[in-house]
Amino acid sequence: MKTPSPTSELLSERKTWKPQGLLRGYKGWIITLAIIIYLIAVGFSLEINWLRVQMGLSRSARLFGDFFRPDFIGRWPDIINGVIESLTMTVGATVIGVALSIPLAFGAARNISPKLIYFICRGVIIVSRSFQEIIIAILFVVMLGFGPLAGMLTLVVASIGFVGKLLAEDIEDIDTDQLEAIRATGATWLQTMIYGVWPQIMPRFVGLGVYRLDINFRESSVIGVVGAGGIGATLNTAFRLYEFSTVSAVLIIIIAIVLFTEYCSGIIRRRLQ
Amino acid sequence: MAVTQEPNKFEWVKKSFKNRMSSWFFWILGISVFIYCMKVISDATIWIFVKDAHIQGANLISRMFPPNWSSFGKLIRPIWDTINIATLGTSAAILVAFPLAFLASVNTSPNKFLRQAALLVIVTSRSVNSMIWALLIVAVIGPGVPAGIIAIALRSIGFVGKLLYEAIDEIDQKQVEAITALGASRLNILLFGIVPQILPAFWGTAIYRWDINIRESTVVGFVGAGGLGMQLNTAVLGMFWDDASVLFIVILVLVLIAEWVSSMVRKAIV
Repeated sequence: MKTPSPTSELLSERKTWKPQGLLRGYKGWIITLAIIIYLIAVGFSLEINWLRVQMGLSRSARLFGDFFRPDFIGRWPDIINGVIESLTMTVGATVIGVALSIPLAFGAARNISPKLIYFICRGVIIVSRSFQEIIIAILFVVMLGFGPLAGMLTLVVASIGFVGKLLAEDIEDIDTDQLEAIRATGATWLQTMIYGVWPQIMPRFVGLGVYRLDINFRESSVIGVVGAGGIGATLNTAFRLYEFSTVSAVLIIIIAIVLFTEYCSGIIRRRLQ
Repeated sequence: MAVTQEPNKFEWVKKSFKNRMSSWFFWILGISVFIYCMKVISDATIWIFVKDAHIQGANLISRMFPPNWSSFGKLIRPIWDTINIATLGTSAAILVAFPLAFLASVNTSPNKFLRQAALLVIVTSRSVNSMIWALLIVAVIGPGVPAGIIAIALRSIGFVGKLLYEAIDEIDQKQVEAITALGASRLNILLFGIVPQILPAFWGTAIYRWDINIRESTVVGFVGAGGLGMQLNTAVLGMFWDDASVLFIVILVLVLIAEWVSSMVRKAIV
């Protein structure tokens, strides 16, 4: 008779291996139960108008039919105007927004800014980030009237919060030895910022600016829905008129431009690193 | 050491002549583009309306205060709807994006054709804003919360899908090799070699997207897709600015809570 080797003995004693995960043990049960209760609650609160859905679905046959026949020609002047407006809004807003976000970021960096200014700048960033572009756009449209100026200012506000926050976090992470070295030469506060802080965050800053350009174009395609100009206005009109072939054409153009800007911004950001 | 050399002709400069010229060129080009953009925008603006902007603004603010807190009771249901739109939208997007990401990654895609198709879905979903998706869905199934859920889901598929397939692209191949060497089936390689490596990134992405979706679901109501946006639309169209200011405060608080929850969960997971 063969005596079992120690390894096989060990193997037979070992319990089967179980993968570890979030949803195991009593915590997993609690989480699962909470999810089920939530889903039931939601199920009761959802009101789906099946009649309307049925009607819509039968109608959507026509909608999808139109979608596969994009009509670039019928509304071409409107489309091209919208695209130009969107692009100018995007460029203008990115330049102004990114420029304004530099002082904001310096103010919102805990390590170089006085307490009072820090809280004010953080407050600006939080408010600008919390409200969706559409909400900001409504306020600007009410104040300035319809058109791309309201749209551009909306995107400026949104860009300030976005770039300001990420840049401030970067400034908080800089290497303080370099600051000390510059300070030791007797540099003024401004010189310390320019020669100690700025070179450290510059590559990231350019990257963020290019990234934001990309986002701003995407956003500029919707704020037109509330009257802030751009391709969104064209799109909204087409929707209201049920001209889905125009809608489809506009969407294709938006996707193409987004892809193009994304491609370019990817190249620029890669070259910076 | 006696070095006899010609007097040094080279002077240290930060940039060579060519670099300086090209940087001038790009600055001038950039500034001209910017000025041109400003001109286009200025031409399309009706300046008479802009002149009294400060009056309009002051008027707006004065009408927002004091906020009409008695309208808060009407908002409980829309707040619940908004949270549901974000949560269910994100969940639905995850369910679709997870398999999609495996189709889209070089490491796991079964064939070239499927990979391109998956990438196309991801790009389309990402490029179209959730408001536009909402416009489309409202046209098909009519206004309401379900339209919002679907719109948010359609936008999030691309976002979650992209970050996830990039994570799959960057996995450690050695672990996959080790599992393959055991003679594991394709499914087992996927489950035990790849999935554990991307799970942290996956949950991080999902929670991050949920946080963004709370923000987005506050506005999809503008085109009829349910939630707080619908109330806001009514308040703005009817010029009930004291109701609108309550909505602004509610949205701000909701978004901040969502951000806090999301950062807590991310800290707990990672």
